[in-house]
Amino acid sequence: MTNEELQNKIASINNSLEFTEEASEFLNITVNKDDLHKLCTDLKSDTDLSFDYLFCMTGIDYGKELGVIYHLESIKYRHQIVVKVKTEDRENPVLDSVTDVWKTAEFNEMEIFDFFGVKFNNHPNLKRLFLTPDWNGFPLRKDYVDVDNIVIK
Amino acid sequence: MTKDKITNDSFKTQEYFVNMGPQHPATHGVLRLILTIDGEIIKNIEPDLGYIHRSIEKMCERDSYQQIVHLTDRMDYLSSHINNHAVCLTVEKSLELEVTDRVKVIRTIIDELTRIASHTLWWGVMGMDVGALTTYFLAFRDREMINDIFEETCGARLTMNYNIPGGLMNDIHPNFIKRVKEFLVHFRKKLPEYDSLLTNNVIFQKRTKGVGILSYKDAISYGVSGPVARGSGYSSDVRKIHSYAAYDKVNFDEVLFTEGDTLSRYKVRIAEMWESMKIIEQLIDNIPEGDISVPTKAVIKLPKGEFYQKVETARGELGVYINSTGTKNPYRMKFRSPGLSNLNALNQMVVGGKIGDLVATMASLDIVVPDIDR
Amino acid sequence: MIKTIHDWLFSVMPEWAASLTEMVLIAVFYLTLFAVIGLYLVLLERKVAAWFQMRKGPNRVGPWGLFQTMADALKLVTKELTGTTKADKFLYNLAPYFVIVTALVAMSVIPFTQSVQAFDINIGVFFLLAVSSIGVIGILLGGWSSNNKYSLIGAMRSGVQTISYELSVGLSLLTMVLLTGTLQLSEIIANQQEHGWLILQGHIPAIIAFMIFMIAGTAETNRAPFDLVEAESELGAGFHTEYSGMKFAYFFLAEFINMFIIASIAVTIFFGGWLSPFGITEGIIWLQPIWFTVKVVGIIFLMMWFRWTFPRLRIDQLLKLEWKYLLPLNLMNIVIMAIVIWLGWTI
Repeated sequence: MTNEELQNKIASINNSLEFTEEASEFLNITVNKDDLHKLCTDLKSDTDLSFDYLFCMTGIDYGKELGVIYHLESIKYRHQIVVKVKTEDRENPVLDSVTDVWKTAEFNEMEIFDFFGVKFNNHPNLKRLFLTPDWNGFPLRKDYVDVDNIVIK
Repeated sequence: MTKDKITNDSFKTQEYFVNMGPQHPATHGVLRLILTIDGEIIKNIEPDLGYIHRSIEKMCERDSYQQIVHLTDRMDYLSSHINNHAVCLTVEKSLELEVTDRVKVIRTIIDELTRIASHTLWWGVMGMDVGALTTYFLAFRDREMINDIFEETCGARLTMNYNIPGGLMNDIHPNFIKRVKEFLVHFRKKLPEYDSLLTNNVIFQKRTKGVGILSYKDAISYGVSGPVARGSGYSSDVRKIHSYAAYDKVNFDEVLFTEGDTLSRYKVRIAEMWESMKIIEQLIDNIPEGDISVPTKAVIKLPKGEFYQKVETARGELGVYINSTGTKNPYRMKFRSPGLSNLNALNQMVVGGKIGDLVATMASLDIVVPDIDR
Repeated sequence: MIKTIHDWLFSVMPEWAASLTEMVLIAVFYLTLFAVIGLYLVLLERKVAAWFQMRKGPNRVGPWGLFQTMADALKLVTKELTGTTKADKFLYNLAPYFVIVTALVAMSVIPFTQSVQAFDINIGVFFLLAVSSIGVIGILLGGWSSNNKYSLIGAMRSGVQTISYELSVGLSLLTMVLLTGTLQLSEIIANQQEHGWLILQGHIPAIIAFMIFMIAGTAETNRAPFDLVEAESELGAGFHTEYSGMKFAYFFLAEFINMFIIASIAVTIFFGGWLSPFGITEGIIWLQPIWFTVKVVGIIFLMMWFRWTFPRLRIDQLLKLEWKYLLPLNLMNIVIMAIVIWLGWTI
């Protein structure tokens, strides 16, 4: 499906989504964080869409908000979309886990928790993946300071 | 214990923990697995990562794009050329820079040589993990020739830098074509030796057949890629699906095995070496004339936007995500490493197996820890 | 020569002193032999491995690296002995001696030549089997007392493996004993001197017995493809993970001596010991140890060939091979051998 067809199809599932193709090769969908899990389940189970391959999952710090970007692909149709979700709560950001939809999200969510501090509901084993459990702060956030280890140019 | 105290409880078996790694011969680097074992049977595996995490993604946010290229060959050090290629492709894509055909062909040849080098090393290590020690030396004999070619081309033997945004650092060495051809003649004779020493060995077949099974459905759900995915019958070759460089001009097959066990993953890699040789043979005589790089500005500034490019490394799909705000540094850079997803599926594959199965399965995943630990 | 020394000792000393001196001399001789064999087998293994792997192997210390293993031994002797604090100290220290002493004792009954055999008892084969199976206790102790999970897994594997493969070693030798009718090693060789090597006498069942013996013997010595006890890619170093210095060297040397013992048994039982092929050099006494050595090295080379070529089995496959294939085959083979002898089909 082309991006336009995808947009029409996905809009019919959930009409509160924002679509944009600006400055990206993929169709970008921004979803409210409460609808995230529902949308992901639909995207995977819909026979015309069948986004069964989560090929990249990125945590991002937008400054004010924290976000997670899901790159999805369908093995059958080979079309790709990007789903974005944001949360404004920097103190205690919580999103829904998608590990039950794509198992590969398990380690990726752990990584995002490790570096951005985003917690995921219903994750089977949410802990720091790379850093030690007593690590202070979340290094990939923009406001993270570490005078000893980060060289600022 | 007196006799009447011996109850059924006294004979109950108990699960125990074994730390495999971070210094363990089979974990290939500093991977630590916390195994829950009942006798010899594995009940659960929990990887503990981060022993070699260098936070490359954070460093990227500070560096210019030319510098980032040189960071990436420290990720999956066995396919360093391909990692560099991925970043260069992403930058070129965002700048809408079209590299010359000569660059494309040379990059493809180098990538495939890297793939063969990586797979030979994997083969040696795979043999060693199942207990056949001689494989390691046979593999290094052949890998050495590729390393010599790379040394002549770019000066390094392990963390190699040859690709830059816009093209290549320098032209190929005058000996390059001759030596690649020599290697192909040599390797065509030597690759069957791999089969006669290890593949056709009864013990090896018994050790790997039906071990560490990953079903087609699980393979997709776990997002595994590369030979691991193709061993489960899941067609995932980025070179075919989202073709880049000169891969659309050459004729090669995607190797698929459907059993999903360790042996099929093994066979995929062996067959991929043949395919890689096929690709190089088609290209080596037809390197077009042209410039080796398109001039770029001294400080590359990417336009505002998000860019994504995937390539097929020796281990699977490497994705590069760049979020740019229009400055000389990326706002956020993410590497989708093949190893992390592949490792995620390990628990699924080996639970219920023996310790020996774990080692064989892990060898067939071809894990490179810096690739996971970025 | 031995006779001369013996006579001379008894002529200059009272009888008890002479016997004592003789015993000490024999012990010293065997200990020297033990060290030399152990060290040079290590060197041989490294050379053979290098040959298989397109390397040169040790070639710096002495001509062709002949003193390399001596230097290694010197290094191991001078090394600090480290161990875990929570180890069971007594058993931990005892274990290497178990392994090394059993290997030494087993060597005493092997006839190197017609006259060089320290202990020619009438239950020779039985004695060899009995003594060589004590070695596993040392491995079990070492693995258990180290207080290390890898060692423990290695030790348990070793116990399972040795108990299983002992059967095959015993039964395959029993098949050959049917031919000779005696367990005494010197008589077994005398029989072969008269009627030809046992592997030829017994032809098909003897060859089957030999193959089973080689498989089970390799398993007994815990060498690849049956090196599950050590399995460096699975267990680090298995039962001797926590040993260092000379204690490690004891385990290491014992492995090679055991290999030598297995090869010597194979040569004595199947290939006529110190006899020359078809008696071509019969009567030339100084050729006897050379024939023996040549045959033993041949068998050892075969075992090294196994090691550097085959992958390792998994523990369940190892037991399956023994209990489901080798053992029934062995039992059948004994019956076949009995029939062959009964019908007089021996050559």
